[in-house]
Amino acid sequence: MLSIRNLHARVGDKPILKGINLEINAGEVHAIMGPNGSGKSTLSSVLAGRDDYEVTDGEVIYMGQNLLDLEPEERAWAGVFLSFQYPVEIPGVKNIYLLKAALNAVREHRGLPELKAGEFLKLVREKLKVMQMDEAFLHRNVNEGFSGGEKKRNEILQMQLLEPTLALLDETDSGLDVDALRVVGEGINRMRAPDRSVLLVTHYQRLLDIVKPDFVHVLAHGEIKLSGDHTLAEKLEREGYEGIEAA
Amino acid sequence: MSQQEIDQLVDQDYKYGFVTDIESDTLPPGLNEDVIREISTRKGEPEWLLEWRLEAYAKWLQMTPPEWAHLEYPPIDFQSISYFSAPKKQGDGPKSLDEVDPALIETYNKLGIPLEEQKMLAGVAVDAVFDSVSVVTTFKEKLHEAGVVFCPLSEAVHSHPELVKKFLGSVVPQNDNYYAALNSAVFSDGSFVYIPKGVRCPMELSTYFRINQQNTGQFERTLIVAEEGSYVSYLEGCTAPQRDENQLHAAVVELVAETDAEIKYSTVQNWFAGDDEGKGGIYNFVTKRGECRGDRAKISWTQLETGSAITWKYPSCVLKGADSVGEFYSVAVAGKKQQADTGTKMIHIGPRTRSTIISKGISTARGQNAYRGLVKVLPGAVDARNFTQCDSLLIGDQCGAHTFPYVEAEEPSAQLEHEATTSKVSDDQLFYLRTRGMSEEDALNMVVNGFCKEVFQKLPMEFAVEAEALLGITLEGAVG
Ligand SMILES: Nc1ncnc2c1ncn2[C@@H]1O[C@H](COP(=O)(O)OP(=O)(O)O)[C@@H](O)[C@H]1O
Ligand SMILES: [Mg+2]
Repeated sequence: MLSIRNLHARVGDKPILKGINLEINAGEVHAIMGPNGSGKSTLSSVLAGRDDYEVTDGEVIYMGQNLLDLEPEERAWAGVFLSFQYPVEIPGVKNIYLLKAALNAVREHRGLPELKAGEFLKLVREKLKVMQMDEAFLHRNVNEGFSGGEKKRNEILQMQLLEPTLALLDETDSGLDVDALRVVGEGINRMRAPDRSVLLVTHYQRLLDIVKPDFVHVLAHGEIKLSGDHTLAEKLEREGYEGIEAA
Repeated sequence: MSQQEIDQLVDQDYKYGFVTDIESDTLPPGLNEDVIREISTRKGEPEWLLEWRLEAYAKWLQMTPPEWAHLEYPPIDFQSISYFSAPKKQGDGPKSLDEVDPALIETYNKLGIPLEEQKMLAGVAVDAVFDSVSVVTTFKEKLHEAGVVFCPLSEAVHSHPELVKKFLGSVVPQNDNYYAALNSAVFSDGSFVYIPKGVRCPMELSTYFRINQQNTGQFERTLIVAEEGSYVSYLEGCTAPQRDENQLHAAVVELVAETDAEIKYSTVQNWFAGDDEGKGGIYNFVTKRGECRGDRAKISWTQLETGSAITWKYPSCVLKGADSVGEFYSVAVAGKKQQADTGTKMIHIGPRTRSTIISKGISTARGQNAYRGLVKVLPGAVDARNFTQCDSLLIGDQCGAHTFPYVEAEEPSAQLEHEATTSKVSDDQLFYLRTRGMSEEDALNMVVNGFCKEVFQKLPMEFAVEAEALLGITLEGAVG
């Protein structure tokens, strides 16, 4: 599904990603762990198409297409979804309005008809229930005045609606209390499917206890230093990153 | 987003830039007493009105154009402008749409405002002003039943001379300002609305203004009177064809609200803003003022300004009656080399008068947007209150926003609040929305519409939809 080969990216003169190689097959969940500043958000942003980053080398093949050639919205249409580490506030725009516009934009490009208001509402209510979110959320402005946890829930709500093929989840667990973590984790688990892959960026073992990854990779200084199965995450939890960073 | 991309996005050819082919009966350029007499004669006006025009002209000659606004433009040669133009084949005026020149109907269709459809959909009475003479008036009967008068001012001069005589110039005197004086001397036509005591106007009233003659100044004059306990909502919309030369527009709108009366005046304006250098756009100098004469009267101005090379416009409220209320909700967009200098004046005279000002300025490309507001509280306006909020949104980094709030409070018990913010459409916002499948254009529209929401909410429903669409067109570009 996703094949990242020798990916280099920089901001201005500063190299951040220094040759990432990663192979994600359909149905797999890959966790990316690593210390602050190692390039995790950069990797997910580059994959989603943020143009602050300049790709200097390498390629990314997503379902047979050269992903880096696509605009961010084209990636969304093709089934890529990024859950932001810091979801952005859009003052004056109601959450429900964004959800509907996003869903219909994606549906349009998948050859599906626009959802009628009634159908849409029914669908959103279903997803709200899954995420244990109050309907009042729909009528608040996008992320404005949301707590950290509410923002993250809202991201996963969007993912539930948009049903991406490749979900990039950037620290979706940070800022969540234990209950919220379970809701979000189970929300992600529900999305696991043979034709859907997840790249899960996290610092902590605790999310991985709920969403059990097929592979764990450690990113440090812009490179993947170590890969393994879910036991690697437990090891990191015990021993920290020091040994790996030095490697 | 790079500046270039933003420019592209904001740039676009004016959708409504076309010229209708109708032969016109146009006076040659120039202004003097004879021209004014000629205008008055052609319109078959009574002697008192001619005298009134000549009086105004004499005052105008003594005045000089205002220079204090945050605008730059070459001096206007008032002798190069034609002051009267009427579509031919006017005859006695059409009785129905069938009798209207097909080219006119075509024009409305291109603008997306087919009268037939509007009649059915919105139940809106449309008094369409094409150049200087009103051509079509619909829904007259229904209004007539309610006792509402809604007709061209030129008609009201004959059908309701006592009302016109009583109220014309009573809110905006002839010599109020340079452009108001000019308008008083040469005003072409406009709407007259009279809502009798206790009547709630049964429908939204709407007028579409359109400039179609090269080199012809437009001098609309609108007068709305709401008697005690009455209510009316009036909608004004504008759009114009592309031009090589700047066109002067100097309108006057007067509103009178008596005791317990309420007037809602909404404007969506879409005049050609000129090319990238601002050439060919409309010069828009407008005097709009409402007077709350009675206790508990209320006047609201709501506007979306997207057009004009230059806009100079300050819809105002004079709050005379005790507990009367004035409101101003505005979205002004300045792009290309557009210059907008808009705002409002709230004059508190009566006790416990209240006013609210919500101003949203959007600047793109090389646009300059200035908010200029005056809140004046006279002695005796005990416990008067004002809340002012001015928000500016910048798209790109070559544009500007300026805020000039003036306060003159001569009443110690007055309470005035002012809030101002300036924000930019951020790359973060656009990227976030694009990852949700929105095109760059749609993303920008969504952010901008969110910024404007407080104001759009105040527009009548069908107008709000139009306003969002219009804003979309304004910001639309060649991307994609
Ligand atoms: N837009 C940017 N401008 C400058 N430096 C950046 C930018 N984005 C990221 N960086 C730098 O790149 C490095 C990696 O950042 P990031 O990808 O956010 O790390 P992580 O998500 O792993 O904490 C950090 O040193 C950060 O300061
Ligand atoms: Mg990060």
